[in-house]
Amino acid sequence: MTHPFDQIPARSSGSKHSGGAGSGPRILATRRLSRLPSTFWVLAVLVILSVAVTLLSPAFGLGEMSTSFVKTLGKTLCLCLAALAMDIVWGYTGILSLGHMAFFALGGYMIGQWLMYARTEEIVVQALSSAPIPATATEVAQGVATQIFGVVGGSDMPWIWGFAYSLPLQLALVVAVPGLLALVFGWLAFRSRVTGVYLSILTQAMTLALSLYLFQNDSGLRGNNGLSGLQNVPGLGAVTQDVLSIWFFWASALALALAYLGLTWIISGKFGSVLRAIRDDEARVRFLGYPVEVYKLFVFTLTAVICALAGALYYPQAGIINPAELAPIASIYLAVWVAIGGRGRLYGAVIGAAFVSLLSSWFTGGRAPAVPLGFYTIDWVDWWQVLLGLSFVAVTLLAPKGIGGLFDRALGLHTPNRKGAPLGPAEGALQEQEAVE
Amino acid sequence: MSALLEVSGVSVSFDGFKAITNLSFSIGPAELRAIIGPNGAGKTTFLDIVTGKTKPDSGTVLWGEKGQSLLKMSEAAIARAGIGRKFQRPTVFEDQSVAENLILALKSKRGPFAALFFVLSAAGRGRVDALAQNVGLADHLSRKAGELSHGQKQWLEIAMLLAQEPRLLLVDEPAAGMTLAEREQTTAMLVDIARTRAVVVVEHDMDFVRRLGCRVTVLHEGSVLAEGSLDHVTKNPDVIDVYLGRG
Repeated sequence: MTHPFDQIPARSSGSKHSGGAGSGPRILATRRLSRLPSTFWVLAVLVILSVAVTLLSPAFGLGEMSTSFVKTLGKTLCLCLAALAMDIVWGYTGILSLGHMAFFALGGYMIGQWLMYARTEEIVVQALSSAPIPATATEVAQGVATQIFGVVGGSDMPWIWGFAYSLPLQLALVVAVPGLLALVFGWLAFRSRVTGVYLSILTQAMTLALSLYLFQNDSGLRGNNGLSGLQNVPGLGAVTQDVLSIWFFWASALALALAYLGLTWIISGKFGSVLRAIRDDEARVRFLGYPVEVYKLFVFTLTAVICALAGALYYPQAGIINPAELAPIASIYLAVWVAIGGRGRLYGAVIGAAFVSLLSSWFTGGRAPAVPLGFYTIDWVDWWQVLLGLSFVAVTLLAPKGIGGLFDRALGLHTPNRKGAPLGPAEGALQEQEAVE
Repeated sequence: MSALLEVSGVSVSFDGFKAITNLSFSIGPAELRAIIGPNGAGKTTFLDIVTGKTKPDSGTVLWGEKGQSLLKMSEAAIARAGIGRKFQRPTVFEDQSVAENLILALKSKRGPFAALFFVLSAAGRGRVDALAQNVGLADHLSRKAGELSHGQKQWLEIAMLLAQEPRLLLVDEPAAGMTLAEREQTTAMLVDIARTRAVVVVEHDMDFVRRLGCRVTVLHEGSVLAEGSLDHVTKNPDVIDVYLGRG
C-alpha cells in the first residue's frame, strides 16, 4: 500500500534549505502533476499527433492530408479544450452549466472583430491606393464600415467595434467580455444559491438570450450574417491557407496541452479536493468554513475564459461565426461530449470531445455509407443526431463513467459500486430500540 | 464566567408553525452540555440557527468575548469563527480518501487562492496522522471514506470536526448507530474535548446523556423547559410529563 501522503502535496518545514530527497517545492510540483499518469499520455498523444499531422500536411509534409482536414483536426482540439473546461465545471464542481458554448462563441466574436476589421481595412486601403488623391483616415474608416455593414444596411461602425483596429486590445476583450459575463451571471446565480437543474435552465436561457440578441441586425455584429472571412489573417495575406492551417493546428495543440497541464495542477491539489467536495455535498463544505459561492464563481469564470480562448482559436479555422453558434443545443453537445468521454476525469473530456465531434463530422459530411433497409434507407446526415441521442442515453444508463470507464477496466481499477440510499448504521450496531433498554 | 455563545429570545416559525419560541441558551468556553427533548422539540432547528443555516425571526445570537452577532454571518463565516457541527447522519466526502477528508477540515485559510497554493506542512501532516490515530483510522488514511463502515464514518467526522479546531462543537446524535463499545469511546472523547472547548450534544438517548454527566437543557415545543443536572431535570414534573412520561 502506498502511503496516503504520497498523494498529497507535502513539504517538510524549512524545505528551502533542507534539500532532502523529495522535499524541494519544485520536485513536489512535478510530483503533484505526475500523480495523474494520464497527463503524460495525453501530452504524448498530442505531440505525436502534431508531428504526424505536420508530416502529412500539404504545407510541410507529404500532402497526404487535405488542408480542410488539418483544419478539422485543429478545430477538434479547440473543442477538446472547451470540453476540458466543461469537465472542470461539471465533472469536478458539479455545476451543470449548459451555457459554456456561449463563452466559446463570444471568444470567437471578439477575435473575429479584429480579423474582419483589419482584413477589410487592408482591402479598402489597397482599393483606394489606386485613386489619384491618397485616401484620408476618415475615408478608409468609412470604406471599412460600408464594407462590413453594407450587408445589414448600415454604414457606421457601431461602438462595440471601437477596439477592433487593435489586436492586443481585441485579445484582451477575448478574455474580458466572456469573463465579465460569467462573473456577473455566476455571481447573481450562485449568490441566490441557484443549483442543479435550475442553474442548467438559467444557463440555457443565457445562451439563448445572447443568441437571439446577436441575431438582430442592429446588435452591431452583423446579425444572422455573423462575421466571415475569418480564415484570412490580416498582415499574413502572403501566407497560404495550407500553411496557416498548420500554424493554427500547432497553436490549438499547444493551448490544449497548456490547459491540460494547468487544470491538472489545479485539480490535483487541495483546490480540487474542495471542488469535488462541493460537487458531492456543498452544505457540508460550507460548515467546514469554505466560501462555496466564491469557489463556484472562480471555477465558473475560469472555465468561461478557457472556453473563450478555445473559441478564439476555433473560429479563425472555421472561417465564419454566426449567432447560431450560441444556440442552446451547442452547449448541450458540450455536456454530451463530456458525459460520453467520462466526466470527472480530464482525459475523458478530451477523448469524448474528439471522438464525438470527429464522428459527427464524418457522419454529417456525407461520407458515411447509407444503410439500406429495403423499406427505408438510413441516411446518416439525418440520422446521426438520433444515433448520438441514443448513445447519450445508453451511456448515461449503462456506462455512467463513459469511455473513460474502459480505461479503468483495462487497468484493472475497480471502485466499489455503491449506489442508492446512503448507508445506514452498520449491521450489528446498537440500534435505537436497544439503546433505550 | 462570560458565555462563549449567548442565544436570547430567539423565535422562528416555518409557514406559521413555531419551531422555536423565545429560546434562550448560553454556554461557557469549556463546558459540556446536553440538549434533550422529544422529536420536534426544535433541537435541530436550534443548531441550524446557531450555524447560520436558518435565520431566526427575532432574538439575538452572540458569539465570543466581543459579543459578535452571528445572525448576519454566512454558514461558512460562522464555521470560520470557530463553530463546528457534526450531523446526525455521518456526512463525509465519500469519494475522497480519509486523508483528503481530514486535510479539507484542517484549520487553514479557506479562500480559493489559499487552496490553490496549499501545501501540507510537516506540522499539518503530523496533525492529520495524530487525528487519524485518535479515532483509530491511522491504517485507513488512503482508503476512500465511502468504503468505511458506518461507525468509522462517524469517527472520521468527529476527527474532521476536531481538525477544524473549533471553539464550540455542536454534535447531533453522535451515538446513533454505534455499538456499545463505540458509545463508551465517544462519551470519553466528548468529555475530554469539553475540557478545552465548549461542546453541545443533542441527543434523545437518556442513557447516553447520563454517561456524559453534564448539565442538561430540556427543550420542548421550541423553548427551554428545564435546565440543570440530569437528576435535577428528571425530577421536574413538567419534564416527566412531556418527555419521560411518554416512555
